[in-house]
Amino acid sequence: MAPAFVCRQLTKRYGATTALAGVDLDVEPGELLGLLGPNGAGKSTLTKIACGLVRACSGHAEVEGAPAGSTSARSAIGYLAELFRFPDWLSADELLALHQSLAGSEGGARERMELLELVELDHARATRVDAMSKGMQQRLGIAQALVGRPRLLMLDEPTSALDPVGRRIVRDLLTGVRDRGVAVVLSSHLLSEVELVCDRVAILNGGRIVARGTPAELARPHGVEIHTGSGVRSYPRAAREEVPGIVAALVAQGEEIYEVRVLSSTLEDAYLEAVGATQVVAHAPAEDAA
Amino acid sequence: MTGALVVARYAMQECVRRRVIPVVLVLTVLFLALYALGAEIAFREVEDFAGEDPLDEQVLTGSTLFGLAMFTTLFLGAVLAAFLTLGAVRGDAERGLLQPLVVRPVGRTSLLLGRFGGAAVVCAAYVAAVYTASLLITGIAGGWWPDSPVLPGLGLVAAVLVIAALSLLGSVFLSATANGIAVLMLFGAGLAAGLLGQIGDALSVDTLETVAQVSAWLLPFEALYQDGLEALTEDVRGVTGVVVRLGPFGGAQEGGPLLWVWTLGYLGLVGFAARTAFARRDL
Repeated sequence: MAPAFVCRQLTKRYGATTALAGVDLDVEPGELLGLLGPNGAGKSTLTKIACGLVRACSGHAEVEGAPAGSTSARSAIGYLAELFRFPDWLSADELLALHQSLAGSEGGARERMELLELVELDHARATRVDAMSKGMQQRLGIAQALVGRPRLLMLDEPTSALDPVGRRIVRDLLTGVRDRGVAVVLSSHLLSEVELVCDRVAILNGGRIVARGTPAELARPHGVEIHTGSGVRSYPRAAREEVPGIVAALVAQGEEIYEVRVLSSTLEDAYLEAVGATQVVAHAPAEDAA
Repeated sequence: MTGALVVARYAMQECVRRRVIPVVLVLTVLFLALYALGAEIAFREVEDFAGEDPLDEQVLTGSTLFGLAMFTTLFLGAVLAAFLTLGAVRGDAERGLLQPLVVRPVGRTSLLLGRFGGAAVVCAAYVAAVYTASLLITGIAGGWWPDSPVLPGLGLVAAVLVIAALSLLGSVFLSATANGIAVLMLFGAGLAAGLLGQIGDALSVDTLETVAQVSAWLLPFEALYQDGLEALTEDVRGVTGVVVRLGPFGGAQEGGPLLWVWTLGYLGLVGFAARTAFARRDL
């Protein structure tokens, strides 16, 4: 099976500004990839190239084996832009019907109802876009992106206008979509969201991918901290597996052990380190505290 | 083609839902009511001083009034065409309306065709309706009917389609406001060229006539309007014929069959340019 999305040595320049400087990326079917990066890192450009909205200067990009931007590539994609707007004179149901027509979907009223239920907007089926809050419009945007059962979902900041409840709905929706074999590329500034739902993360900076891996891989271990009767002892190079030995040695020395903390950086730390923003600060996840 | 039809239907729905059409209809009814009043008064006035001069007052009044009505129809149709298309590409892209549509597999060419088709249907229906209403008002008020009633109407429809196509092309490059201004300036330029040509013809100034001819080729909506004016009174001869061909807002000038061929080719060229530019445009 062809990857849901693949790009090689993708470059894009806008005049003197380089938006992408040779990006290689693979997204497998059923994978949820988080695309992180500061403003201007190239996330939206990469998403738009995949969707055929922007032409790459060099390199190539494919969606399910078809060149990005081709009709068959666009048939496989569902897309929600960061800055989107829908015709305010359409109702939620009419908007989805329009996109069904454009996508060639034969799902009819049943598909529209299912999608509205999925984003918890079934009560707003007849509500016009101009009467919806920004959060409702964003959820409608996600429903719109799912019209026609796309195999690759490209979402650019899909939760930026949502309240915590709305974010939870979208998180559950994304994992549900992923479980059905749909590949999802989620571009977001909300690292906690990405950490919670994404299988893999790619961090873009200055048009290049500067880090990639699972959230766990990126959040690297940063030693062990042990609270003893004589104070806190740090073992910055120790791994989790070494904890029993260290504790045993301390006990053998007559130390009383009160707490053991396996330190690791968060995705936020990994992100900040990758984009060169700050030094990594180690954290002790609650579940690792002994 | 199915995609283009979907987009065309969407564009027409937008006209109705955004109340563009109801507003235009109210303004048009007002115009037609005033036109009916003006035509009634004008025909009654000329009856009073009809004498044995070589002028046929009824033909002169009818063709002049109807020529003015044609100009107004062209102007209203041009404004409608511009409003329906001025933000079709860059304007909608800047507002984030276009991207969700372009990502769909219908393709950019279908999108442009659909936008043009939707605007063309609305504008053509509007121009045909106003033209027919003006024709009936003129005929009923003064008993004057044009020698060729169909061709001028078709000319106006074609002229408005040319303006819609130019506006759509402009929308690929310019933001909505800039494009709207540009289209109305082009419309004004075409009109001015027609007037200059008429002055050049009257004073036998070759340069002005050349300017008018070149402009007519570059902006054929003005030539189509002049051709329509000519067709109104094509059978009128003598002094009356000379006077009525001076026409209001640009003289009557026969375009001939080549004008229609050129207009079709022009629409194709503008469409091709819009398609090529849109295909290369990053959104």
